[in-house]
Amino acid sequence: MSIGHALLGLLEAGPRHGYDLKRAFDARFGHDRPLHYGQVYSTMSRLLRNGLVEVDAVEPGDGPERKRYAITDAGVTDVETWLARPEKPEPYLQSTLYTKVVLSLLTGRDATAVLDGQRAEHLRLMRELTRRKVEGDLADQLICDHALFHLEADLRWLELTAARLQQLATAVRP
Amino acid sequence: MTPAGPVLAATGLHKTYGPTPALADAGLSVQPGEIVAVMGPSGSGKSTLLHCLAGIVRPDAGSVRYGPHELTTMTDARRSALRRTDFGFVFQFGRLVPELTCLENVALPLRLGGLRRRAAEDRALEWLDRLEAADVRGKRPGEISGGQGQRVAVARALVTTPRVVFADEPTGALDSLNGERVMGLLSRAARDTRAAVVLVTHDARVAAYSDREVVVRDGRTRDLAGVA
Ligand SMILES: Nc1ncnc2c1ncn2[C@@H]1O[C@H](COP(=O)(O)OP(=O)(O)OP(=O)(O)O)[C@@H](O)[C@H]1O
Ligand SMILES: [Mg+2]
Repeated sequence: MSIGHALLGLLEAGPRHGYDLKRAFDARFGHDRPLHYGQVYSTMSRLLRNGLVEVDAVEPGDGPERKRYAITDAGVTDVETWLARPEKPEPYLQSTLYTKVVLSLLTGRDATAVLDGQRAEHLRLMRELTRRKVEGDLADQLICDHALFHLEADLRWLELTAARLQQLATAVRP
Repeated sequence: MTPAGPVLAATGLHKTYGPTPALADAGLSVQPGEIVAVMGPSGSGKSTLLHCLAGIVRPDAGSVRYGPHELTTMTDARRSALRRTDFGFVFQFGRLVPELTCLENVALPLRLGGLRRRAAEDRALEWLDRLEAADVRGKRPGEISGGQGQRVAVARALVTTPRVVFADEPTGALDSLNGERVMGLLSRAARDTRAAVVLVTHDARVAAYSDREVVVRDGRTRDLAGVA
């Protein structure tokens, strides 16, 4: 995730102090991984250097947490450009799972066990996310659903591969 | 009194239709209040397993114990009585009675159990309400959407507070938003009433509402809990 763009976007609503920005970020996007203060301040000094934010007020005393940041016009343009640019889809072509399956077949091991073990692990995480989703608010639901759809895609692949193991075995071990 | 151990325990199930075996040594054990998802490819024997567990189909071999009862040797009459009092069913397409209103459909199992109309419909309305379907109580199944129909079907399955609910692809004909809604309501209602659920589904997102999954392949069950 682009932390810089996220922080910049949060600043569009109005100037904020560094600690306040961190709190806002964690509440909306942090979930499992809250920001470190260090990340916030290094990101803000980069944005400052690039003219995307400016220091709008400084409280007396010292330390970076006393600075209040405001977004500049260049910053707003930057957020806009970022939002308009589609993210590159993950190609998913370097699959560890595929490698494990092929190696199991090549070495005469039980590839079905590999697939079933992975499937159990995926389902375990899906159950956990589903629980979190059921107990959570709309934000939790959307975040968990995103993960759940990706896990589901993996599971479909695991099923399809399980159904094609015979074929794959003859293909990798002629 | 609640017997200790699994509410339902099947072992060594075999069932053959014509030349191909539908079940070849399948088994499944369900704890009280547990939601178990049964997954697996099309034609692997999931529905056959569910029908054996529910006493709808008699297996060629094997045992299905429901508490102290052995379903495979019970008379048809006793099995259907047991199904009415202790089990609830949800299928892919509601299978509601088209001539009855949704309220009458949900009240039907209670009426068949001898409850008077007024009391049955009061209870049915409570269940429609729990399933967020009270608004369609006066409509007939032909006049409601698939998602509403499935919520009515879940209400009908749970209105007798069964000990086990059998659900075969209950979300199979719904889009993912409605499917999740049905599944969320079904699992919550089951947990509230401590009903066990045997849930056949090929949708992993639906299965994720369960406590545990069992995979059926070529008529054989494989418990994923033992894997990994
Ligand atoms: N009443 C029946 N008469 C004849 N064959 C049957 C009957 N019921 C099931 N079968 C056969 O038994 C096998 C298992 O069927 P079953 O319906 O249990 O599969 P399933 O896993 O539920 O499949 P699906 O995911 O497509 O619903 C299949 O080969 C099917 O054709
Ligand atoms: Mg089926």
